[in-house]
Order: sequence, then structure tokens, then C-alpha cells
Amino acid sequence: MNTAIRLLLLALLPLQAWAGIGVEGARHLLSRTGFGANPAQIALYAPLSRQQAVDRLLDYLSYSALTAPPAWVNEPFERPGKPNLSEDEKKALQKERNEHAQELRGWWLEEMRISPSPLTEKMTLFWHNHFVSGLDKVGVPQLMYQQNVLLRKQALGNFGQLLHAIARDPAMMRYLDTVNNRKGQPNENFAREVMELFTLGEGHYSEQDIREAARAFTGWSLDKDFQFIYRPNLHDNGDKTIFGQQGNFDGDDVLDMLLRKPQTARFVTLKLWKYLVSPTPNEADIQRLSALFYRDNYEIRPLLRAMLLTPAFWNSQGQLVKSPVELTVGTLVTFDLTPPDWRALAGLNRQLGQDVFNPPNVKGWPGGDAWINSTTLLTRKQFLDRLSHDAAPIRNSFVSADGQMDEQRGREARIRRLVQAGLRPIKLQPDEWAAIYHVNTAADATRLLLAVPPAQPLPADMNGAQAIAPLLLDPAYQVH
Amino acid sequence: MFQRREFLKAMGAGLLVSVLPNLSYALAPAGYQRLLVLVELKGGNDGLNTVIPYSSDDYYRLRPSIGIARPQVLQLSEQVGLHPAMQSLLPLWQNQEVAVLQGVGYPEPNLSHFRSIEIWETASASNQYLGEGWLTRLFRSQPTPPGFAADGVVLSSQNLGPLDGGARAVVLSNPQDFARQAKLAADQQAGAHSSALSHILKVEGDIRTAASALQQAPMKPPANPADAPTAPPKAAGGFAQAINTLADILQNGTRIAVARITLTGFDTHGNQQPTQARLLGELADGLALLKTRMQAQGRWDDTLVLSYAEFGRRPRENGNRGTDHGTANNHFLLGGRVKGGLYGQTAPLAGLTDGNLPYAIDFRQLYSTVVQDWWGKDATSLFGQRFGRLPVLRA
Repeated sequence: MNTAIRLLLLALLPLQAWAGIGVEGARHLLSRTGFGANPAQIALYAPLSRQQAVDRLLDYLSYSALTAPPAWVNEPFERPGKPNLSEDEKKALQKERNEHAQELRGWWLEEMRISPSPLTEKMTLFWHNHFVSGLDKVGVPQLMYQQNVLLRKQALGNFGQLLHAIARDPAMMRYLDTVNNRKGQPNENFAREVMELFTLGEGHYSEQDIREAARAFTGWSLDKDFQFIYRPNLHDNGDKTIFGQQGNFDGDDVLDMLLRKPQTARFVTLKLWKYLVSPTPNEADIQRLSALFYRDNYEIRPLLRAMLLTPAFWNSQGQLVKSPVELTVGTLVTFDLTPPDWRALAGLNRQLGQDVFNPPNVKGWPGGDAWINSTTLLTRKQFLDRLSHDAAPIRNSFVSADGQMDEQRGREARIRRLVQAGLRPIKLQPDEWAAIYHVNTAADATRLLLAVPPAQPLPADMNGAQAIAPLLLDPAYQVH
Repeated sequence: MFQRREFLKAMGAGLLVSVLPNLSYALAPAGYQRLLVLVELKGGNDGLNTVIPYSSDDYYRLRPSIGIARPQVLQLSEQVGLHPAMQSLLPLWQNQEVAVLQGVGYPEPNLSHFRSIEIWETASASNQYLGEGWLTRLFRSQPTPPGFAADGVVLSSQNLGPLDGGARAVVLSNPQDFARQAKLAADQQAGAHSSALSHILKVEGDIRTAASALQQAPMKPPANPADAPTAPPKAAGGFAQAINTLADILQNGTRIAVARITLTGFDTHGNQQPTQARLLGELADGLALLKTRMQAQGRWDDTLVLSYAEFGRRPRENGNRGTDHGTANNHFLLGGRVKGGLYGQTAPLAGLTDGNLPYAIDFRQLYSTVVQDWWGKDATSLFGQRFGRLPVLRA
């Protein structure tokens, strides 16, 4: 943010006495629809009404990334599994892929941090966790990048178009074995997951529907450059019976059948509610919103607008556990911090359980309480502790007592070292931050940083700058 | 009054054991001092290529390209044998410490990875939705003794599975790091303003309890391999590392009732053979390593290992040298007190083309056996109905 704008915004402070949604409301809206929020951004939204604030968010959207991607994303690439490679060549190729994967993760996290349209990134991440593909199986970082561009383009567009596009997406076709599904030799992987995880949800189709739908997707294939191609000679032209209808259906027919079921609108609405509002959906709201989504032909923006304007959204402070990227990128945004090496931040998020471009399985990250276990909570706190204090580096723990190197631990330790080295220069300056944004009292800091009161009350005599470290380590900082 | 009721309940369980046929052993009152190690084969391991019905022509008819050739099978009986990558399990089998459980499943199986593993981890019926893991329910009604570091530890996975929903559980990758970082956990806990926050406060509490138990017992040096009854098997990779981590913390005197280790990668829709061979090799080597390490601590007789997965794979291979989601599966139970041998029913493959396998052992029979016969706790209230236990343990 340039200095002139920042000074202009400062004129809008102090933080009290808003007619609109106020500091708490602005912090809530920005944190849920983006990644954190610094006091200047909060000040911009605080005087607005709920409707004005939501419309403002939806009026300033972008559909492509601002951060330049790594140069290799548009270069030709070697097919994985290319025959006749020597062991050394294989190793070199693998090493290059790993480096590219890390650059790609860093690129996206950086975009989350600097995007003028954080809601776009938030929704791209939502679709990444809905239409899941993972690098470990896809094997080609370029294809994951292409999929990310597609998800961003439709992030607030049309779900039906996105569904049709993702079914032809090369990364998806490799991830769910569409490429291996041919006439007479059906592979059910995509047919199953498109029903269970992308549209209807478990319990709304039969095993028969899956088998027959798999036949409909036969012939969908990839060419030698890994781009979509239809191969008619591999397509099963026989009649299929799906959801009680009989016909010579192809893949697009199946997707249209899925979109015609209102259950699809309900399934997606419910999932979005759990992502943005709370883990406990309210049946009346879900019914109303999913009917709207269906009626609007699966347009995503009106659904979002309606969801963000429900009273339930505004009353849901503290009901969601922050995901790792919400915690890490959100903290950087809040305190205007930029890591010199985004790959380190990607490594940290991997330790925290959210390795972007590589979700754990096709269902994606379960989220919610599952983000927090003893290991991930301590790693979160260690990151926050290091930001606000100057924590001692983690001792390398990959050398066992007899002096031998442990390979697995060694690999983890290398990731840890990268994280250490990359994060060490990021140092929060509480005094400076508090002075710039006029965060005078502990109460100011609490309202800017926490969605609910601290679990461990602060000592009475703290000023705003002093309150930052204990607030970051308070359990309440983990929720929003 | 409460104690009296507990006492009567325990007596009842004891009597039941003594009148049931095939259960001639009496349970020593070891309770949760005995360890259960659950090994999750994530993705739904193909049990038919793990415990192979090599004498069946139908097996080779259904699996023309991925069937394991008869000469390579490690024969256990005249009908079935192990995948060749599982060589290191043979000494345990010969020592009668491995029960091979054939055809484990449940009625009306669900073939979604996610729903089915939920059924296994909550021990629910197919159409029943329970919010808590089966071990969480057990430990709530029949708690672990004071002084236990946790009810259970979870290794190589980020989710708690059967310990989900309230058990005292910690996820461990590196115990030293864990103990050192634990000071960051909050030591005072105010009331929570949301269920999300109360979850975090609970985890902070679990961390502090587990960390203080880990710290009370300073790390001893690793056991001298020469002291072990047999040389430790060569085992590398994440699974072996998790087993070493588990053995290390137990060696410290840390007390827990359950450990769960996850081995991932069994969702083999295409080109199954190399992937499964590698994973089964890791599994067998890791289990052999576990025996070695537990024996070195004198605890192998108090260790029971049970494998599980969301489902098995379809008997007929698909067109990509892989297998799609199926039903009943073959599993293993191992330990110093296990009565080794074959249990259940060898997969009935005759007449099958696209069909799925029926189950012979309900997985809740295994859980009931663990709860009642291994720990001496009451299982009936836990699973809503009585499941016949298996006579797989000896005194």
C-alpha cells in the first residue's frame, strides 16, 4: 500500500464510534473472505453497512493472479515416466519437479498475501479443496498450475461451467484416472468421486450409477502433450442406465444430469457455508440459499452475496478454526510482513497440514477442528512465538544417539531448516505497528486481532504494543 | 455404589468368558497396561493380493495380469499364501504369532473411502452416523488410569480416527520436539466461547498432560541391538520410523493404551503391482521391527497389533492392472499372545465376475475381542449389540 493512501486511511482512525459494521464487523468480514486484515483495511470497511461492505467486496474482484508465475509454467515439459531415462536423469528430473512444486506453492501463497482481491484467492482455495487434484499423483507442476488458473477464472463465476471444465482438466484426468478409462475396461475412479465429492454427496446415487457413468466417460483422453482429446474409438457407445434414465450418454450428459439435481446445489451450498460461516449449518438458510443457487443456474457470486448477508454470518465470530494458510498468510497481512522466501512459508504450511497443490486425498482437507492436533497446534504457536519474540532455532533432530543420520528425519529436518532460514528475517515490530495504526490500548489490539475474548485475560496495565505477543499466543487467535 | 456396579460388570464379563466355548483362557487383569497397535492401510489395501488364494483357478481367471504367480506365493496353507514382499512376516507366522483374518467386513458395505473409514472408525452400522470414534466411546465409559500420558498416540497421520471426538490423544512425529515445544501450550484455561475454541483448549490440555509424562521419564539411550533376541530387521521409510518413534516413547516408560500408525497409498486403481509390493514390504518389515523392539523391552506378550482399512478391492482386476473399490478384506492380528493361524473364510471366488465378496468376520467382532478379551472391559454397551468374539488370544 502506498504511503499516501495509508496516511489518508489513518485520518479515519481512531477505531471507536462507527456507524457501520465497526471494527469487529470489518475484521470478521475480511478475515472470513480473505486472509487476515491490517488495521488500515479494517478502517476502510468499518463505516460501511453490511450490504455496502459485502457489495464493495464483490465489486472489486479480479480473475487472474497479480503475481507473475515462475517462468517454467509455460515451457514444454518432460512427460513423467518417459522411457529410456538413466537413473541419474530420473533423479535430476525428480529434483527439478520438486523445486518447481515448491516455487509453485510459494507463488500462490504470495498471491494470497498481495492480491487486491483476496476473496478470489479464498474461493480458488475453496475449489482446490472441492475439485481436488494432488501433485503427488498428477506428477507435473505445469498441469497443477493450469488447473489453478482455471479454478481462479471461475472462482466466482459459474459452477456448472467449472464442473464441465474440470472434468476435462488434464491434472484432474490424471488424478482420477479418466485417462485410464476406456471401452470394455472401465475405471470408476472419476465417476465415483464426481458424484460423491463434486456434486451430490454420499448416499444420493447407487453403485450401478457409478458403473454406468464410468462407461459414459470412456474416450476422454489426453494427447501426447497432455491436453484433452476425445478418442471416439475408445468410447463405449452402448446404452447406459443412470439415475433410472436410459440412453447412449457421454460424459457431458452425465455432468448435466448431475447439475439438474437440486441436491448438487444443496451439497455445494452446505460446503461453502461450512467454509465461510460455521460448522453448524442452519437448515432454513441452507434451503433458501441452495434454492437460489439452483434458480440462478449455479452462478456463484449471487450465492456468496446472499450467504454473506445472512444474520448467521455476522453472528458467527470465533466459530471457525483458522486454516494454516489463514493463520500464516493472515498474520503476515495483518502485520504488513513479507517473507523474503515464500517457499519457506509453503514448507511451514505443509508442516501445519495444508500443503497447497497436494491435499491429502480426493476429499481434500477436512478442515475445522481437524486442523488442530497436538503437533500442528504447537507448530502454529512456535511460528507465532518466533514472530513476536525471537525464539531459539529448532535443534536439528535427525542425528540419532549413535551418530547415524536418519534419512526420513533428515528430510523433515531439511524442510525445517528451510523454514527456519526463510522465516527468521520476518520479524514483527510491535511498537512500530502499534504506533502506525494508533493501537494504543490492549483493548484496541484485542478488537483488531481476536474474534472472541482472549482465553487468558491480559494483565490490566498492558499497552497495545505489549498486548500483541500474548494475544498471538492466546488460543483465541486460532479461531475466527 | 458406582464402584460396586463397575465391579459387578467386570465380574459379569469374567463369567461370560469362562462359559463361552473355545475361550478356555482366563484374562489376566492387565487392562490398559496392554497395548493395542492399530495399523491403518489407507486407501483400501487389496487383500486378495495380500493373502492370496493361490490354489484357486478362479483367482487367476479374475486376475489375468495382476495375479501373483503360484511359485512366488509364500504358502501358509494348501489354499492361501502371502504376497512375496511379505517375507519378513514368515518367522512370526511360523512362531504362531500371526492370525490371518480372512473376509473381514460388515453388512451393506459402503464403497466410499470416506464414509467407509468412518464406519470402521466409529464402529457404526452401515446406515448409522456416530460422531465419535469407537475408542473415544470406550475411554469415556471406561477410562484409562491416572498417570497415562494419553489414551492414545497417533503416528503418520494428522487425523485421530478412532480416537476422534474427545479421547485424550496426541499426534506425535518427534517426541523431543514435542516435549520442548509443549511449554507454548496454555496453562490456564478459561471457558470457551465456541466449540472451535473449546477444541483448541482441549488439545492444549492434552499436550500438557502428555508432555509432562514424557518429561518425567528422560530419554534413555536406544537399546543396544545386540541385546535384542534377534537382530533388528532392516526397515526403512516412514512406517518403520513411526514404529521406532513408538518404541522409543514406550521405552521411556510412557504409558498409553493405544497407538495408531497409518500406512498410506493403497488406493491402487492403476498399475497396482509395484505400488502394493512396495507397501506390503514396508508393512511386513515394519511389523517385524515392532516385534523386535517390543521383545527387547519385554513387552511383546502385552502387545496386540490389528490391521484395518476402509474396504478391500474388487476380485476382478480393472483394465489398468489395478483394482476398484470392493468389500470384504483380509487382515492381520499379531502379538505375543495371539493364537496364530487362519480365521474366517477364504474368498469364495467361484462364479464371480463383477461381483463383490461377502464377509465372514464382522470387524466389530475384532473390536469386541480387543475390548473384552484383551483389555477385560465391557464391549456390549459400546457397539449397541453383542458381537461374537474370536478365539484368537491365549493366556
